[in-house]
Amino acid sequence: MMKDVTCRVIGQTPLTAGYWALDMEAPGLAEAAQPGQFVHVRVPGLEPIALRRPFSIFGTEGTTLKLLYKTVGRGTSQMNRLVPGDPVQVIGPLGNGFPLEPRGEPLLVAGGYGVAPLAFLAGRLPTKGVVLIGGRSADDVLAVTAFERLGWTVRVATEDGSLGETGLVTVPLDRELARLHEAGATPELFSCGPDGLLRAVGERAIQAGCRGWLSLDKHMVCGVGACLACVQRLRREDGTEWIGRVCRDGPVFEAREIVW
Amino acid sequence: MRVDLGGIRMKNPVTVASGTFGYGAEYAKLVDVTRLGAITVKGIRLQPWPGNPLPRHVEVPGGMVNAIGLQGPGVEGFARDYMPFLRTTGVPVIVNIWGTSEEEYAEVARRLSEVEGVSGLELNISCPNVKEGGNAFGTDPRAVASLVAAVRRATRLPLMPKLAPNVPDIKLFVRAAQEAGADALALINTLPAMVIDIETRRPVLANKVGGLSGPAIHPVAVKLVWEAAQVARVPLLAMGGIVGPEEAIEFLIAGASAVAVGTANFIDPTTSLRVLEGIEAYLRRHGMNAVAALTGSLL
Ligand SMILES: Cc1cc2nc3c(=O)[nH]c(=O)nc-3n(C[C@H](O)[C@H](O)[C@H](O)COP(=O)(O)OP(=O)(O)OC[C@H]3O[C@@H](n4cnc5c(N)ncnc54)[C@H](O)[C@@H]3O)c2cc1C
Ligand SMILES: Cc1cc2nc3c(=O)[nH]c(=O)nc-3n(C[C@H](O)[C@H](O)[C@H](O)COP(=O)(O)O)c2cc1C
Ligand code: FES
Repeated sequence: MMKDVTCRVIGQTPLTAGYWALDMEAPGLAEAAQPGQFVHVRVPGLEPIALRRPFSIFGTEGTTLKLLYKTVGRGTSQMNRLVPGDPVQVIGPLGNGFPLEPRGEPLLVAGGYGVAPLAFLAGRLPTKGVVLIGGRSADDVLAVTAFERLGWTVRVATEDGSLGETGLVTVPLDRELARLHEAGATPELFSCGPDGLLRAVGERAIQAGCRGWLSLDKHMVCGVGACLACVQRLRREDGTEWIGRVCRDGPVFEAREIVW
Repeated sequence: MRVDLGGIRMKNPVTVASGTFGYGAEYAKLVDVTRLGAITVKGIRLQPWPGNPLPRHVEVPGGMVNAIGLQGPGVEGFARDYMPFLRTTGVPVIVNIWGTSEEEYAEVARRLSEVEGVSGLELNISCPNVKEGGNAFGTDPRAVASLVAAVRRATRLPLMPKLAPNVPDIKLFVRAAQEAGADALALINTLPAMVIDIETRRPVLANKVGGLSGPAIHPVAVKLVWEAAQVARVPLLAMGGIVGPEEAIEFLIAGASAVAVGTANFIDPTTSLRVLEGIEAYLRRHGMNAVAALTGSLL
């Protein structure tokens, strides 16, 4: 159940250029968190009024809540100033996460900070598989060793070729899908990243006749379903459409539900 | 702490602003909504309405600009999906309504009069985010008078028009609305606003323009409430930029009988309860035994 908790910063560590891992003491929140859920953070120092910022849950350890963030603007730059002991108001866990009982071979596809919920998921799925991580350059490829430590096989693609193979992550994805197809296995896709990537992953899930779980990144205001800032056109199984709220009805949707 | 807002009997003077608190249920896990003086829900019209394309909001210094576009479930959807929870709270429910014609407003009012648990109607005649309706009615005193009269004929529920802030003389609208049968008045709605992305040279909002809310509009709202109070014969519900008890108390001193917390809910969902406690403490500290003692007490 969601709570508004005063967390205490434990510390933060630089990952690659521009990316940070932030650990906070979040009793009552961390224990309840599921992979794919997110938290809504009131960044201190953006007073008197600044909207909260949403972040996927990167992981938990007891009462410790882990976030992974990229500094992109005012709020995330300010988060960078947080030091151990600082109080931070955090609402969470919010939204619906990924299903934890896949019907097929799990195949994770991450773009940039989209690795955050997938790293959490990788530790909770009963079977291990392949993780594909894509980014513009080596700096956008994160959490590789975390996945490997959990027993996952990691493949990397960068657009500039600075790490792994050169090109979009959909190239190794298509290769993996073909390999699983030949082996007679059904994949189950899990993805988080920019819309372009999610769309591409969704199309492949539909083509392959497997399930594809996509975590959407929409700008949010309330985070709990009250303001209607984060809506997404969705399709029910009977084909009728409705307007969902990504914060409350998502952020994870099955590929067939989304009307792009 | 009791307040009678034109027939809406509130146990205290604090409610939430339409559109910033969903239909009450969304925040119920974070806020004890049963402590509110009333719950004001998101604007609804007769039929379901999809609202505007995204982006629907942008953060600005001192607040935000939104163009949600009054997405909503329609009267039936509201009564079916949201009223059951609201009834369990035991708190008066104020429904914010809109339409694109006098007939639609009147029909929405007529239907809501039959829905158990609805305590009053806030007539949204001041939303800058829909092309028809909304502000089109709110910026002409004759249109306001005619609309309020039409809705008055359709319902016996307490009727509270929500006035547009972007008018040259608010007093004309206060008079027009109360003479046409309003039981209370709400002010202010968001101020028409626009934000441009200088890199793309395009408006940030898909709707191009939206409404400014948050602390930035608070002093504007105080001035309008003060002016409105000078001619109002009905109680005023004030809102605009409340982030804590101080802004709310300012509104009461300026002449409001009750206050609504809007944008601040998004940042601290318990703002309304903090405001309530702050008003209580203020009254105690100043030896006042009722909110009415504070209302309009400007020296
Ligand atoms: C469900 C969800 C999970 C997310 N998980 C992560 C994560 O794990 N790690 C991470 O680094 N980022 C994540 N994001 C994106 C993150 O919320 C934004 O990068 C952040 O809000 C930017 O804030 P800012 O003040 O630095 O940027 P600014 O551009 O200054 O922000 C201005 C406004 O735009 C909003 N905004 C800007 N970019 C985004 C964006 N991409 N998504 C949503 N809102 C945005 C901000 O919240 C703020 O309201 C997630 C977003 C969502 C919706
Ligand atoms: C996201 C959002 C949605 C809103 N929706 C409505 C609405 O449906 N009907 C309405 O009358 N006012 C609506 N408003 C206006 C608020 O009720 C309030 O009048 C305004 O925001 C000023 O108060 P604030 O500064 O405390 O937010 C909305 C405001 C926001 C920020
Ligand atoms: S962010 Fe408010 S409804 Fe989703």
